[in-house]
Amino acid sequence: MTTWHDYFLDQGKVPDWPYPIRYEQEQEIKTDVLIVGGGIAGCWAAISAARQGLKVALVEKGDTIRSGAGGPGCDHWCDVPANPLSNVDPDDWAKHMANRPYCNGIGIQIQCREDYDTLLEMEKMGGKIRDTENEYVGAEGRDDKTKFMISPRYTRIHSYLPDPTLEQDKPYPNWSRKPNNVVIRVWGSTFKPALKKECRRLGVQIFDRVMVTGLLNEKGIPGERVVGAVGFNNRTGEFMIFKAKATVLAAAGAGSMWLISTELAGYSNMMSRTISGDGAVMAWRAGATLTKMEATGVLRIATGYKHKWYTGAGDASYENVPIVDANGKRLPYPIQGWEDAGAMAPAPGVEDAIRAGIMKGEYALPFYGDFPGMPPIERKVTWNMMLGEESTTRIIVDSYNKAGFDPSRDQLQSYKFIEGNSLPQWREAGYGGGLLVDWNLKTTLDGLYAAGTQMFSPEDHSFAASTGRYAGRKAAAYAKQVDQAEISQEQINREKARIYAPIKRTTGIDWKELHAGIARVMQYYVSEFKTEHLLNIALDSLRQIEEEAAPKLYAPDPHKLMRCLEDLSLLTNAQIIIHASLARKASSMPLGFQRIDFPALDPPEWNKYLTIRLENGKVNTEMIPLTFWGDMKKEYEAHNRDYTGVYQG
Amino acid sequence: MAQGKVFALPNIQTPGKPVIFDPLKCNGCNHCVEVCQVDVFIPNPQKGKPPIILHPDECWYCGCCVNDCHREGAITFNWPLSQKGYWKNKATGKVTRMS
Repeated sequence: MTTWHDYFLDQGKVPDWPYPIRYEQEQEIKTDVLIVGGGIAGCWAAISAARQGLKVALVEKGDTIRSGAGGPGCDHWCDVPANPLSNVDPDDWAKHMANRPYCNGIGIQIQCREDYDTLLEMEKMGGKIRDTENEYVGAEGRDDKTKFMISPRYTRIHSYLPDPTLEQDKPYPNWSRKPNNVVIRVWGSTFKPALKKECRRLGVQIFDRVMVTGLLNEKGIPGERVVGAVGFNNRTGEFMIFKAKATVLAAAGAGSMWLISTELAGYSNMMSRTISGDGAVMAWRAGATLTKMEATGVLRIATGYKHKWYTGAGDASYENVPIVDANGKRLPYPIQGWEDAGAMAPAPGVEDAIRAGIMKGEYALPFYGDFPGMPPIERKVTWNMMLGEESTTRIIVDSYNKAGFDPSRDQLQSYKFIEGNSLPQWREAGYGGGLLVDWNLKTTLDGLYAAGTQMFSPEDHSFAASTGRYAGRKAAAYAKQVDQAEISQEQINREKARIYAPIKRTTGIDWKELHAGIARVMQYYVSEFKTEHLLNIALDSLRQIEEEAAPKLYAPDPHKLMRCLEDLSLLTNAQIIIHASLARKASSMPLGFQRIDFPALDPPEWNKYLTIRLENGKVNTEMIPLTFWGDMKKEYEAHNRDYTGVYQG
Repeated sequence: MAQGKVFALPNIQTPGKPVIFDPLKCNGCNHCVEVCQVDVFIPNPQKGKPPIILHPDECWYCGCCVNDCHREGAITFNWPLSQKGYWKNKATGKVTRMS
């Protein structure tokens, strides 16, 4: 007896809801710093703020122990140029990493300066960051003194689009210089439980299974200081009111806005279902400024239409493992392993050349990751450690091992080409739209900070960790200077009515139908081809859904109530994307943005961030320079004169 | 349940079993219920019994429920048929589909 149906057939009745129902009952929490989202960024923000001796509340939709995209694990601590084995200057490396259009120069500078300190603190909390058991002695990149495992990633090259201004990015091949050594392999499956434990040790009040739905502004006026938030427990339905001096938003981005297909492989996406745009939307409603919302890209993995594991073959299509064809012939894919040592993506033209080779019979399908062809120690590092620790791949390695796969004997299939590429209308918004922040990671609203994937143009796990740690520190500094503000009962009442509307109906439209309806509009009108006409049809359609379908949403329990509210977030998030898309009257390669009515690609006058915010019910957009953050090194130092390095408490 | 009462049921949610519990090994501690970030499971009304898979359609196959289980073999990962992987023995050329 495992499934709901099994239970029903066995017992002849459906199970009762297992948690007490407390719809509309109120619990009020007063705190100094409120953290919304208990993933990597949120946990680090909570820890960092609590170290300042302040009262901290951490609110998480799932359970902090494993929640968030980094909850299951993480195999690479990227961009840690301050580590003792690095051969690059952290500020130079930050400059290099930020030499890409539409990146987050503020976050990258913070990451490059503080990532190593963050990693050492992770170790102090119980996270494993070194080969202390000597499992990988002899592996390339293993340093016998520190027992750090340097990754080949980025160590010779970072990109196939080289940055000629920097020595470390001279085009491949250039083996004369020292390796960069900027990425460290880690045992990230140990991180999340350790972070939760540290939160508890520091007295952080953790509210698991609570969804925050709205921020509170001073006097209830959008655009005013953020003074707390409200939400509800997604198991009991209890209403939660948080009063705070400062708030850090760390609720990540928005997933599955263009596609939902749970009948094929569950919610098997790049990110879990919990990534549903709540943070950006609550900030929008509170009057904060977002940017890069028009950027989208084609869905990469899973959804049931594709294999769960990137293209299969253990990430081999772009990671460490050489790819061979069905006859064992090596394909011209570069790899991130030591042989190529660097880039995440193949050079332009490689995919086309392989496709042409398939058509001519030069390469036989299917392709395989040639694990047996790797040196044994490198194979062990890749299979056991790298794939064993990287987020959702740990269970893949484990289940394949149990099913008899032996990497010393077997080649793992790649699904590249045989499963095809995603359709261009299967898109995702996870390409960098988020909150605009300053050098304190403060948003445009007083009292509101952002970290990790909540910000515009986020990077990896260690970016989330170091910016979370930084945002927590800055939010705490602010909270020390201000008093609690009066909250608006009227704003609370309004949000309470919005939250509980779906449980007051017993029939209507369920969350999946709403979600699929939004996705269909996005597929048709906000996809590969964008014009003012198409985007306006989308806007009208979503407004129609908002007026006609959303008021019919119903939820039979607190869990489905959460899903309903997430999809209402997606409905608003989708409209923000369309407003931003209408305002950008130019096409852009790095933004994945094609305006048929404005075909010029990245014209200089449009090479700017487009910011967007809601003011008095109207959408305002502005353009700001691509490097609005100024001189990264100088600005970082000016804002962090009091930084004390690794926590000694 | 071939001899049991026939109910009027909707189609069974598919894929409906991201994991399989072994009722002899699982002691119903519900640790998997807690580590799941999307609440795929609910505790079984009968104490000591394996949890019930209530929302398999929301599973993102992260595997934490299996990775973090304290009782070996109590919970086993179960890929949907469409997601089972393939590999090839390099020496013999034999292709294996995950069982």
